[in-house]
Amino acid sequence: MKSSERYSSPAIALHWLIAGLIIATFIAGLLVSGLPLSPAKFKYIAWHKWAGITILALVVVRLLVRLLKRPPALPAHMSAAERLLAHGGHLALYLLMFAVPLTGWLMSSAYGFPVVLFKLVQLPDLVAQDEQLAATLKTVHETLNWIMAACVAGHVLAAIKHHVIDKDGMLYRMSLRGPRN
Amino acid sequence: MKQLRLIPAALLLVAPLLQAAPLDTGKSQINFTMKQLNVPVTGSFKKFSGTVLLDLKKPEAGKADISIDTASISLPTAEAVGEAKKADWFNVAKFPSARFVSSSIKNLGGGKLQVAGKLTIKGNTRDVTAPFTARQEGALTVVEGVLPVSRLAYKIGEGDWADTGTVADEVQIKFKVAIPAGK
Repeated sequence: MKSSERYSSPAIALHWLIAGLIIATFIAGLLVSGLPLSPAKFKYIAWHKWAGITILALVVVRLLVRLLKRPPALPAHMSAAERLLAHGGHLALYLLMFAVPLTGWLMSSAYGFPVVLFKLVQLPDLVAQDEQLAATLKTVHETLNWIMAACVAGHVLAAIKHHVIDKDGMLYRMSLRGPRN
Repeated sequence: MKQLRLIPAALLLVAPLLQAAPLDTGKSQINFTMKQLNVPVTGSFKKFSGTVLLDLKKPEAGKADISIDTASISLPTAEAVGEAKKADWFNVAKFPSARFVSSSIKNLGGGKLQVAGKLTIKGNTRDVTAPFTARQEGALTVVEGVLPVSRLAYKIGEGDWADTGTVADEVQIKFKVAIPAGK
């Protein structure tokens, strides 16, 4: 496999970094929403917000990398429908990687609990305090998270399908180690 | 007869007390800001009452006595309000009111004044001082200031909540008190 058939190194590094952060932040969000108010809950919420904003910043970098270094072409054996599905899935993931942290930030503003990144930098409030709007944004944030979970599951299943059924070596495009010779 | 003649003199002595007017609660506000992991969270007390005397020409003679209904606490979420009323925080069932009674008012000059007094919250009384400004708005005298307090000095947030790494000890109480002109 030629190196031009792989994603660029920054794209690969960002993919796995963001993937790890998304999974950790998703699980933290799920666990925290069920906790009663406590100092521990405040800490977990703060960490969840910091992770979410970090993801948002990394996704911006990742999008720039993608625009500067185009991803490798899809394998030739893929049908038009499969290509459409692949591009649609990736587009959905990108949209969600922006929408999920942004709705989290929005709901923080609406609740009147601003985001103070790493206890250092207070981010501006995106909307004025409004508890009803906050409740709506919370539902939107949660719903988008479940849609993202479904997209991630589809993404993983598609990667496994390429590796196990098509045996087209596609997994190596995004592998941290590169193809084994 | 002598005693009768003393009555007007006695009235003169209590005259300043009579001028202490009930504050205009509709135009007054008691807000506070605390920090949770450096996140500023603002709340307020919606119900309070009291009497304030403040003559801007003679501020030293002024006085204030303000009672706050602790159950009227307002915070960003209903869950937080419920928590704040519990025993670890304001324990509103046992301590339904907080009270501030002034002991002296000083003129710091340059339009700045300072009030000293005793603040009682949750049964704990502490001496506090707060700088403030005062201005005339039509028939109202409007007083605004900030009183920094240590929440732990009043046992606000006990048990796990005493951890100042999560909720900082210092709380800024911002007050705006509108006093109708004395009669």
